[in-house]
Amino acid sequence: MQVQDWLLDDSPASRGQAAAGRAYRVSLDLMRNPLAVLGMLIILLLILTAAFAPWIAPETPLGQDLTRRLLPPSPEHWMGTDQLGRDILSRVIHGARVTLLIVGLVAVISAPLGLLIGAVSGYFGGWTDRVLMGLTDVFLSMPKLVLALAFAAALGPGIENAIIAIAITTWPAYARIARAETLTIRNSEFVAATRLLGASHTRIITRHVLPLCTSSTIIRVTLDMAGIILTAAGLGFLGLGAQPPQPEWGAMIAGGRRFIIDYWWVATMPGIAIFVVSLGFNLLGDGLRDVLDPKAQGQ
Amino acid sequence: MNSTSIRRSAVFGTLSSLAGFVVVVALTFLGLLALTFFIGRVIPIDPVLAVVGDRATSAQYEAARVAMGLDRPLIVQFVSYVGDVLRFDLGMSVSTNRPVAQDLARVFPATLEMATIGIFIGIMLGVPAGVLAAARQGTWVDQIIRVFALLGYSVPAFWLGLVGLAIFYAGLGWVSGPGRVDIFYDGITPVVTGMLTVDSLIAGDGTVFRSALSHIILPATILGVFSLAYIARMTRSLMLDQLHQEFVTTARVKGVPEWQVIWVHAFGAIRVPLITVIGLSYAALLEGSVMIETVFSWPGIGNYLTTALFNADMNAVLGATLVIGAVFIVINKVSDVLYRILDPRSR
Repeated sequence: MQVQDWLLDDSPASRGQAAAGRAYRVSLDLMRNPLAVLGMLIILLLILTAAFAPWIAPETPLGQDLTRRLLPPSPEHWMGTDQLGRDILSRVIHGARVTLLIVGLVAVISAPLGLLIGAVSGYFGGWTDRVLMGLTDVFLSMPKLVLALAFAAALGPGIENAIIAIAITTWPAYARIARAETLTIRNSEFVAATRLLGASHTRIITRHVLPLCTSSTIIRVTLDMAGIILTAAGLGFLGLGAQPPQPEWGAMIAGGRRFIIDYWWVATMPGIAIFVVSLGFNLLGDGLRDVLDPKAQGQ
Repeated sequence: MNSTSIRRSAVFGTLSSLAGFVVVVALTFLGLLALTFFIGRVIPIDPVLAVVGDRATSAQYEAARVAMGLDRPLIVQFVSYVGDVLRFDLGMSVSTNRPVAQDLARVFPATLEMATIGIFIGIMLGVPAGVLAAARQGTWVDQIIRVFALLGYSVPAFWLGLVGLAIFYAGLGWVSGPGRVDIFYDGITPVVTGMLTVDSLIAGDGTVFRSALSHIILPATILGVFSLAYIARMTRSLMLDQLHQEFVTTARVKGVPEWQVIWVHAFGAIRVPLITVIGLSYAALLEGSVMIETVFSWPGIGNYLTTALFNADMNAVLGATLVIGAVFIVINKVSDVLYRILDPRSR
């Protein structure tokens, strides 16, 4: 019980202890919400599947065998086979890697970009703020999917370009959050003290302002994950994302689209995968919001 | 202050806020134009090459480049682009050989028709579901509605469309398949509004109307599911805010029947913010229709956009993006204004 006491200590001795204690309290609250736990399990399953895909999958995702085309689900092929005789289960399992890669890279590109733009905008204020936030508002006023489509079309098909296109449409929300947080931090005494010590603007923004904006941005990124997965699958479905024969779920649905009437499993199985994974992120995000948003307490 | 000067200052305040509003909207549109212009410039597909073909000599290539105005500085090109858009000139579509603006005007009513039916389904089911969930907060009814709303957020629209076609069209035969109307009725109804269900009613043609309705009902319902999820969720949270207010407790203490407390007292207070919610989801439906129209071969703006993507028809892609973006902005701003007019607290 000593670890627990250390975590729940009301007067933490170090920054690390405070952070760990807070994370522990949040996770305790989350555990009380069965739906959020379900969401976490789904995401854990996704990560494990992606990590061990070659060992879990019964076959290679690209192994064609035209003698067994379009077989229905059976004990040998749990999800059936597609038009080129590939085992759909193996492709869905390997697709977890592609999906995780897309959401991971989009988060890694767009969150720091949004954070930086928002922090700079809020910290300097004035015309910098007006120009940067004007830019942010233009992106925010556009429907995300359509904007991503237009960018992906302009950059050309391919998974890298799809990632860039989605990242371009997701950063503005993070910039807004970071700016709002920065505005409250900017005039605080510790920032004034740091400035008096002779710290440069760059140092204040990167060392003092940005770390304080990260936690709220991370939560927002979690909430956006499901949307990112759906957009990526949509781009894949339209042929703008991952290219065949890459086992991307959206592209797999597009491949099975012609057979939907007679061979329903080809398009249905990868769709269920997309559905389950984005449901997992939504359940976790919903639970996180309940725990962390004091306004939603008791609702 | 006497009453006249109060009225005058109120009018003046409204005017200046109106002017500020117009400036904001104009700047947003300018930003949108800059965005589509930028996307048109970063494309790796050379627009000149698309016109002259890859067998052209460098002199022909250069001549075409000058003729298209691509040798001018970017800022000049942008100004002339804005001028063109203001004159509703969006360039020619390479694939249909018609002006993009004309194409868009032709396909837009079909999208509007589907999105409108979709939003009606969303309101009719989503608002009562949200109110019910709030009234029965914490019970299994509430849980089911919450989970259903999350399911609506998690399902890929294009996949739901395909599965819906497989079940309700191929399997059960309850509805008609892709397209707007059975092929032998195609093009026989005089175009008035461009919305086939409305036009066939105007023409008094019941057969075409039934055919059109059986084609539109599935995609519109699927679109409706997405707005249903959002509307139900927002209605629930708005209602919960009200049900915790003191005036609701007062009404209950006075012995007002519970249904009246919920539907008259609490619901009466959320009607205004609900307009914003519905406006936002209507705008979101235009976005959702891109995927749904592609799956259902529905001849609307979404299908036009994705067809243009496949043909690398950049004028059409940018034109459609511009129009969807503009409609999106307009709906958002209109619901914003409605909120301000209807809610006395925000004046």
